[in-house]
Amino acid sequence: MNINATIIGQAIAFFFFAWFCMKFVWPPVTAALRERQKKIADGLDAAERASRDLELAKEKATQALREGKEQAATIIEQANKRASQIVDEAKDAALAEGDRLKAAAKAEIEQEVNRAREALRAQVAALAVAGAEKILQKSVDKEAQAELVEKLAAEL
Amino acid sequence: MAAEGALTTSGYIIHHLTNLTFGKLPEGFVRYDGSVVGEGGTWTIAHGNEAATMGFWAINLDSMLFSVGLGLFFIWLFRKAATKATAGVPGGLQNFVESIVEFVDDNVKSSFHARNQFVAPLALTIFVWVFLMNLMDLIPVDWIPYLATQLGVPYLKIVPSTDVNVTMGMSLSVFALILYYSLTVKGVGEFIGELTLQPLGKYMIPANLFLEGVNLLAKPVSLGLRLFGNMYAGEMIFILIALLPFWAQWILSVPWAIFHILVITLQAFIFMVLTVVYLSMAHESH
Repeated sequence: MNINATIIGQAIAFFFFAWFCMKFVWPPVTAALRERQKKIADGLDAAERASRDLELAKEKATQALREGKEQAATIIEQANKRASQIVDEAKDAALAEGDRLKAAAKAEIEQEVNRAREALRAQVAALAVAGAEKILQKSVDKEAQAELVEKLAAEL
Repeated sequence: MAAEGALTTSGYIIHHLTNLTFGKLPEGFVRYDGSVVGEGGTWTIAHGNEAATMGFWAINLDSMLFSVGLGLFFIWLFRKAATKATAGVPGGLQNFVESIVEFVDDNVKSSFHARNQFVAPLALTIFVWVFLMNLMDLIPVDWIPYLATQLGVPYLKIVPSTDVNVTMGMSLSVFALILYYSLTVKGVGEFIGELTLQPLGKYMIPANLFLEGVNLLAKPVSLGLRLFGNMYAGEMIFILIALLPFWAQWILSVPWAIFHILVITLQAFIFMVLTVVYLSMAHESH
């Protein structure tokens, strides 16, 4: 156990290894560590952001769905209203048309009746005159009796 | 059991605790085998306690070989991971390196608050390197020395951190850094003030200097000797266990080795944390 120059050799070796370590070992390793740390932090950040985005998107989707449903309900309601309105309108129109047709038919019937009545009246007058002619067997002054016949016909 | 059958128990232990020292023996020195060193001295491998005679300018080849080898292994392994480091999915090696780097970085961040690019890599180097040096302790004590003896190497101590030169070399380097940062970050005036004007006030400068000086010098000494003492004691116990008959060794060596896994990690960790704390104190201004 003698103190000798080994002590100096050891010190030189010591400083050399420490220097080498500082220059060529420490920086790359710590740089890699730091970079990985940053990467992981970034990754975690991104994951968090993504989950937040997902949450947001879900919320948006729910909202859109709700809005869509509301809109659909409104549209259906409107449609129903419109449908009933159209039905009502059609009903009204049909009623009006029916009334009109009925009135027209009535008028026509009345007209026909009148016409038939006129015709009948004329025939009756002729028949009455013919009958009277036959009964009298004589010539009758048609002109003289025309007034009488007219009166008769009007009474029919 | 023993590398050299003829050795006694204490000889075996001493053999295991002797470094492979290369140095200069003085002229006229009588060597272990009775030969006398010739004119001008000779550069050679020390045998027995010849290393004591070699003085300071000798070097423990085994300590240097294993510590530098393990250091190179450390920077090779970590450099390999660093060049391939990606921010994507890490592979096995990168995962391993990253977990150590992060562990060290967390420790440094919790006790070192000044801005210094050097401290964290330094702490990483200390932790891994000291751990690897300590780890050699878990290799069965006889394997590599026995192999070395067969190859003609007389001594081989494979655990560099059981060599006080290695641990003190590191702790004195840390001490140099403490002084350097104290002087550059705090400035000379404040550093001297810190050494002389507290804790007893400005009228007791000699007492302050003595207390603070001891305090300052105790840092590298305790840092180096703590690691050395722990590893040396652990190694010594492995050697003592290795003296048992071969069929009985596992009863003690296995529990001790398992316990030692904790010790070597802990010692590496303590060395690192104390270095960071000392350097942090060197950066702090009052």
